[in-house]
Amino acid sequence: MSRIVGIDLGTTNSLVAYVDEKTGLPRVIPDGEGQTLLPSIVAFTADGVIVGAAAKRQLVRRPETTVYSVKRLMGRGYEDVKEELCYFPFRVRPCEGIVKIELGGGREVTPPEVSAIVLRSLKERAEAHFAEPIEKAVVTVPAYFNDSQRQATKDAGRIAGLDVVRIVNEPTAASLAYGLHRLKDGVIAVYDLGGGTFDVSILRVKDGIFEVLATNGNTHLGGDDFDRAIVVWLLDDILAKHGTYLGRDNEAMQELRLAAEAAKVRLSADERTTLTIPFDAFTYHREITRRELEALIERLVESTLTPCRLALADAGIGPAGIDEVVLVGGSTRVPLVRRRVQEVFGRTPHSQLNPDEVVALGAAVQAQILAGGITNMLLLDVTPLSLGIETLGGIVSVLIPRNTTIPTSAREMFTTSVDGQTVVDMHVVQGERELVRDCRSLARFELRGIDPMPAGLPKIEVMFVIDANGILQVAAKELRTGKAAAIEVKPTYGLEEAEVERMVEESFAYAEADVEARLLIESRNEADTVITHVGRALRQGGELVGAPERARIVAALEELTRARATDDRDLIHAKTTAMNRATEHLAEVMMDAALKGALGSRRAAEIMESK
Amino acid sequence: MDHFEIFGLPRKLRLDAAELQQRYYELSRRTHPDIHQGAPPEDQAQILETSARLNAAYRALRHPIARVEYLVRLEEGRETAEGAAVKPKAPPELLAEMFELQEALAEAKAGGLDAGGRERLAAEREQLLARHREEEERLAGPLSEAWDAAAPAERPRLIEAFKEALAARAYLRTVIDDLGAALGESQDGYVANRRH
Repeated sequence: MSRIVGIDLGTTNSLVAYVDEKTGLPRVIPDGEGQTLLPSIVAFTADGVIVGAAAKRQLVRRPETTVYSVKRLMGRGYEDVKEELCYFPFRVRPCEGIVKIELGGGREVTPPEVSAIVLRSLKERAEAHFAEPIEKAVVTVPAYFNDSQRQATKDAGRIAGLDVVRIVNEPTAASLAYGLHRLKDGVIAVYDLGGGTFDVSILRVKDGIFEVLATNGNTHLGGDDFDRAIVVWLLDDILAKHGTYLGRDNEAMQELRLAAEAAKVRLSADERTTLTIPFDAFTYHREITRRELEALIERLVESTLTPCRLALADAGIGPAGIDEVVLVGGSTRVPLVRRRVQEVFGRTPHSQLNPDEVVALGAAVQAQILAGGITNMLLLDVTPLSLGIETLGGIVSVLIPRNTTIPTSAREMFTTSVDGQTVVDMHVVQGERELVRDCRSLARFELRGIDPMPAGLPKIEVMFVIDANGILQVAAKELRTGKAAAIEVKPTYGLEEAEVERMVEESFAYAEADVEARLLIESRNEADTVITHVGRALRQGGELVGAPERARIVAALEELTRARATDDRDLIHAKTTAMNRATEHLAEVMMDAALKGALGSRRAAEIMESK
Repeated sequence: MDHFEIFGLPRKLRLDAAELQQRYYELSRRTHPDIHQGAPPEDQAQILETSARLNAAYRALRHPIARVEYLVRLEEGRETAEGAAVKPKAPPELLAEMFELQEALAEAKAGGLDAGGRERLAAEREQLLARHREEEERLAGPLSEAWDAAAPAERPRLIEAFKEALAARAYLRTVIDDLGAALGESQDGYVANRRH
């Protein structure tokens, strides 16, 4: 069997991993520069697309065409996401049940196409590592992803030229990575708080069998929401201090978001930190303490605890029955999260494996199981949401309850209500509420080709199967004639087969910019950023230095601007470096002045170091 | 093949949970699609079905009450309606007994509860929960034992006894949930999983 890699397609970062044949241990594959995390960010430029860290550097400069956190939009309808669209600088519009991202100039992409670009970059990374083509992958999704979101992930794989042989739930994958060496038999709880999604899974581990007892979560809750809470708070503070509301300025919002994220990360280790964000008209300084951060995110962290309790109840286990608690996802580095998890499970959570990497490592283990390389481990996962059909009065009739071990199937009989009727409709939904309108519509089916008979006579047996990926398959048979009824599936959210085909063909239009082009774009970007910053610094603090120094800076600025207009990457780079050197002193003087105003006697250098 | 036969078990209700789990794990190691990834595509549908049947069997037999429900369906030849709950009528004497309670509940829903009313309903709910537990214990205990020991001629009578006890239990559950909703104890619209 050909090689299968494991991929963690994350909201914030994505990774690819494999199991080393010699050691039997999973390993994350780094890129050429030794980086294992690929930021799940795609920048669409005139010269091609840019993925990862390079795309991240475009966020502030080209917010409208740099797409991040697209996982939050995967398999979603416009109604699901419209509330949070105000946080994204790129434009999202509804389109036949799904959403599309508008890139300007009439170009638009679907979320699976964006994810496909990230996946292809990981595929290429793995191909470079093994020096052979990679065609198969296990891809992880949040356990609480519904059918549409899983299908969208599979579509993304296909568009990227990958056969997604298995969709695995992230917390379960993490448990496999731990299970390899670090877990004793017993019941474990996996608390997985990532960039955009939250999952909790309760598993029983015994003799290499990983049986998921229950899972719960929220596919719209993660570190992104922490950052948003900080940004909203900063916007208010800036309005109060400087009289400017920056909420509608895309570039400023990206600056704020990145600064908020960085401050959040620092506050996991430090009690306090300082944000310094230069804007055109002023430079904003603000100290933020861990206590302040915790007040901002308390409600969000609290909201992860109800799913934990529900999962315990569904598993039929009290907190005392949990032997170990495992933390997964970057957001579990936040001390408040750790405290709350400890409280709810009554146990100190552990996280020996890097919470950013553990899901990818687990995906690699599952890939190895599927390839037949590991035979003593087996995963028995569950479907996270109840599956039902609409009955009279808009009530849901549950066919497969949540937390049923997959694969699973259910049969339901249908008949006609009018003489001679040849078509029967049905509506499949997923969710935990009694009314259809409160659940997620998965698909509408039409059973066709029923022989005309008196009403109530045809007996159509419909078989619903949820496979090991958690994805629904439907088949129908007319029992009297034994004829398989033709089924026309209209997914409520998602791509039609023909659309996916078209996207596979078109995906080459989104080929990554070649290395030279990318490097040129990057150096121009860097130059642009420096030019903006220097202009700003001269306006805000130019009088703090002497006229000769100012003149030197202005001269360097002109040279850089001229270089920026050429295609000579080395020249742009050299002039950017020269520009930075020319302003070193000015930056120091400005920082000192700012801090004297804001913080009294503490030296700028100390503050800078604690950043 | 019925669910008992899948595990190679006789049609008995008292069974060792640890042993059942052990067998389920062993069978899973042989039947799960993950093990058969290399099998030809035309076999995959069959592999999927076999695995789904094993999971359904374990789900039905794992819990003592679910096991009784399954047995009743099986004995009555209704086992094709997988997952369908037994919904016979509630026993008349229980209905009469609950009448008063339902009235109080309706009042509470219409008017809102004072502290005393809340306390009464909460106490009532506790009591019903105890009866619900008792009903389950009776099903899983003496009634299940009786089934395992019964001669074929006694079985129809026992099936009727099971159905009655299951109906009483289901009815109690409904009232308990209604009380819970009135007391504001349920999660916002989240349907409790009837995990038996």
